[in-house]
Amino acid sequence: MSEHDHVHGDHDVSQHDPEAAERNKVPFYGKRIYAIRELLIARGVLSREDIQRQIEYMDARSPANGARLVARAWVDPAFKQRLLSDPKAACAEMGIDASGLTEFVVLENTETVHNLVVCTLCSCYPRPILGRPPDWYKSFAYRSRAVVEPRAVMAEFGTRLPDSVEVRVFDSSADIRYLVLPLRPPGTESLSEAELAELVTRDSLIGVTEAQAPAFVH
Amino acid sequence: MARTHDMGGRPDDAPLNLEEHTLADWEVVADALSVALGTRGLRTTDEHRRAMENMPADDYLALSYYERWVVGTEALLVEKGILTREEIDRKMAEIEATWGVS
Amino acid sequence: MKFRPGDLVRVQTFAPTTHVRTPAYVRGKQGWIERVQGEFRNPESLAYAGDGLPPQPLYMVGFRQVDLWQDRYAESPADSLYVDIYEHWLEPSASLEGTQ
Repeated sequence: MSEHDHVHGDHDVSQHDPEAAERNKVPFYGKRIYAIRELLIARGVLSREDIQRQIEYMDARSPANGARLVARAWVDPAFKQRLLSDPKAACAEMGIDASGLTEFVVLENTETVHNLVVCTLCSCYPRPILGRPPDWYKSFAYRSRAVVEPRAVMAEFGTRLPDSVEVRVFDSSADIRYLVLPLRPPGTESLSEAELAELVTRDSLIGVTEAQAPAFVH
Repeated sequence: MARTHDMGGRPDDAPLNLEEHTLADWEVVADALSVALGTRGLRTTDEHRRAMENMPADDYLALSYYERWVVGTEALLVEKGILTREEIDRKMAEIEATWGVS
Repeated sequence: MKFRPGDLVRVQTFAPTTHVRTPAYVRGKQGWIERVQGEFRNPESLAYAGDGLPPQPLYMVGFRQVDLWQDRYAESPADSLYVDIYEHWLEPSASLEGTQ
């Protein structure tokens, strides 16, 4: 961190010293974790590289991985069966590193069943595949409401399912992580696998929405 | 009576806030540091969860997701004798002094 | 493995203040074994620097939403909910007769 000459409390600081303005925004617990980091590194408990490696690991993961799995499953029924019966092996086939997961299960949506995933106890999420979860997934409102009013929660995402579709909520309470395999939207027969992957949003992999209809692809 | 973190079915009329924020640098560090401690075998995921579950209810409800992670991480490091609160306090004060903030 | 898919089970009503991964809202409720998930180290031991051994059988347990929430569940009566529960939290149940 570089030193800056500025008057403490100078309200013009942010205009010529953006770094200082950023520092002012760091809350108590942010400064706390920076302090912890410096102490652990100085003591040799962790290295700076340990932390950086973990940051890069998470940055490299995104919902695109889930989208690729789903698109392949949509076009290749044998792959779909492998994805459902041995998801970690199916990931390996696609060059997706799922080794960070203890185990995971793929939940197939059908014409009569729609799956939704939550972790009421803390926000567990298939991070090694999808990356970091969205803020709403970690919110108290989602953790509280998804298990007792899943359709009302889905309605907030614009998703409305008929009563003829059974909604199944999965609360990820243990080491198993869940990924939803959304239904292939109608009217997508002529799309390539890559184009199909674009329809598979993160929210459809969690289950709060269905996959996007092709009209939304730009 | 469910413990504070055990939220399934907790009465909650709040609509979801669908806005997503880019993680601040300190949040990225909080996440990575905690997981790195696990990779190094210094803590398990369940110890981390337990440490967060044990914080006072008011704190659990008031703090943000990564603030809770920092509280849990600190509690475990102190419990395991890896760091003390006093040295964390001192280092934090040093950082603030270097930055010219408080 | 004490249970197989299809077995009817009831979740124990333990209410510890120590770390457990059985949500309160399923305790005392009746459901069925949907899937045998395998054996995993016990989180109740891992949380306190234990080794979590011996590994505990873990089951995906299914519940009818109307059985979990009774009148509070205002959505479809066909809806269901699944939680992964460790074997020591489950006891056999004679029949799936509605509510607690």
